[in-house]
Amino acid sequence: MAIPRVIPVLLLRNKGLVKTVKFRDAKYIGDPFNAVKILNEKEVDELIFLDIDASKENREPPYEYLKEIASECFMPLAYGGAIRSVDQIRNLIQSGIEKVCINTQSILNPDFIKNACEIFGASTIVGSMDVKKNMLGKYQVYSHVKKTSLGVNPVKHAEYLQNLGVGEIFLNNVDLDGTMTGYDLDLVKKITGSVDVPVIACGGAGSLADIEKVVKQSNASAAAAGSMFVFHGKHKAVLINYPNHSALNSIWG
Amino acid sequence: MTVIIDYQAGNLGSIQNMLKKLGEVAIITSNPEEVSQADHLILPGVGAFDFGMQKLRELNLVASLQKKVLEERTPILGVCLGAQLFCNSSEEGNESGLGFINGVVRKFPTSLNGKKFSVPHMGWDYVRPEKESKLLPTSEEGMRFYFVHSYGITCLDQSDVLAKNQYSMMYHSAFERDNILGVQFHPEKSHRFGKQLYKNFIEKY
Repeated sequence: MAIPRVIPVLLLRNKGLVKTVKFRDAKYIGDPFNAVKILNEKEVDELIFLDIDASKENREPPYEYLKEIASECFMPLAYGGAIRSVDQIRNLIQSGIEKVCINTQSILNPDFIKNACEIFGASTIVGSMDVKKNMLGKYQVYSHVKKTSLGVNPVKHAEYLQNLGVGEIFLNNVDLDGTMTGYDLDLVKKITGSVDVPVIACGGAGSLADIEKVVKQSNASAAAAGSMFVFHGKHKAVLINYPNHSALNSIWG
Repeated sequence: MTVIIDYQAGNLGSIQNMLKKLGEVAIITSNPEEVSQADHLILPGVGAFDFGMQKLRELNLVASLQKKVLEERTPILGVCLGAQLFCNSSEEGNESGLGFINGVVRKFPTSLNGKKFSVPHMGWDYVRPEKESKLLPTSEEGMRFYFVHSYGITCLDQSDVLAKNQYSMMYHSAFERDNILGVQFHPEKSHRFGKQLYKNFIEKY
């Protein structure tokens, strides 16, 4: 019976690996190739790469670079960062990427998402959404490009993404990013309760217990995390890590 | 020579990549001439059932596949949509399949016994052989594979079933009938488990 996925999210900036806190303060961690090599040896379920500056700088995905990574990785790979054309998706697939995460364009250009889902199949297109609480404590969809809330209700937005045809939703909680204090179980539950497609929860994971909770209590199909897989100990020393599969099997039972 | 059949349905590079790692030479082609010279065939595929069948026909591949598989008995491995196309029909479309095995393809329900299931099914699962097979030998550790699909195969000849898995319905995740093999999962995305499966297919069939 389907094993829930546990997914490291690697953030790229100028071809270096970084980690943020609350979508800010990107700290350089090291060489992505080295991280990928270690995670590949640990037989991770899946990997997500996000180029955090691509949308702001409006540039092309680094195809050759991704190709080099994909040639060594025999697991599903997802890439996100300023994807806005069918040709880019085709090039990414040819570079060995299975899935593309699309965030900004899902709001600016819904027809592009619909079209992409039809051409490449729903399972190739991941609708990515960032959520932040506003000053009144209300959840709102957030734009990392504009650095502002979009005034959209996250449940409505998840339904909107599903209606566009995406095969999966990648849900980020901005306030919890990098905090390692646990997922936002309420938010994840709200979203999983409103759509049929799988939801990847991200933001706040600090331990295997957090991962277990977001899957069992909030029905996430997959638990994604950044800090947990790149830092170790309370001083956050850089250490690329991933739980071994016997530990994961024991929580899924 | 191993031939990976290109019918414009999905990414074939990752299969070729994995075979390269295994030291196997594989060509990607849609040319029926080249298909006819293969000693191993792989029919991959991601996408819709009707689209896949239409493309196979447009590329004049149906007849050459029938000859290779049914007359010459060349080993063929269907992967994901490729395996589904070996069946008679699919709930996803109106086209007839290749009919290499007696089977139908059904859509996953979004709930089972009141529990909600996300569709597509995306993720890993353990695959345990139901019968003796050189493709998927019994392993104590358990063989984990990556799945992405909204439809599942039901073999109508029980003797063809190589593995069963449960999601929002029970489906046959692998089948084997003489030289005809199919897997619903993606070995090329399944670490060393997948490498072993492709190695077995090429060396032992």
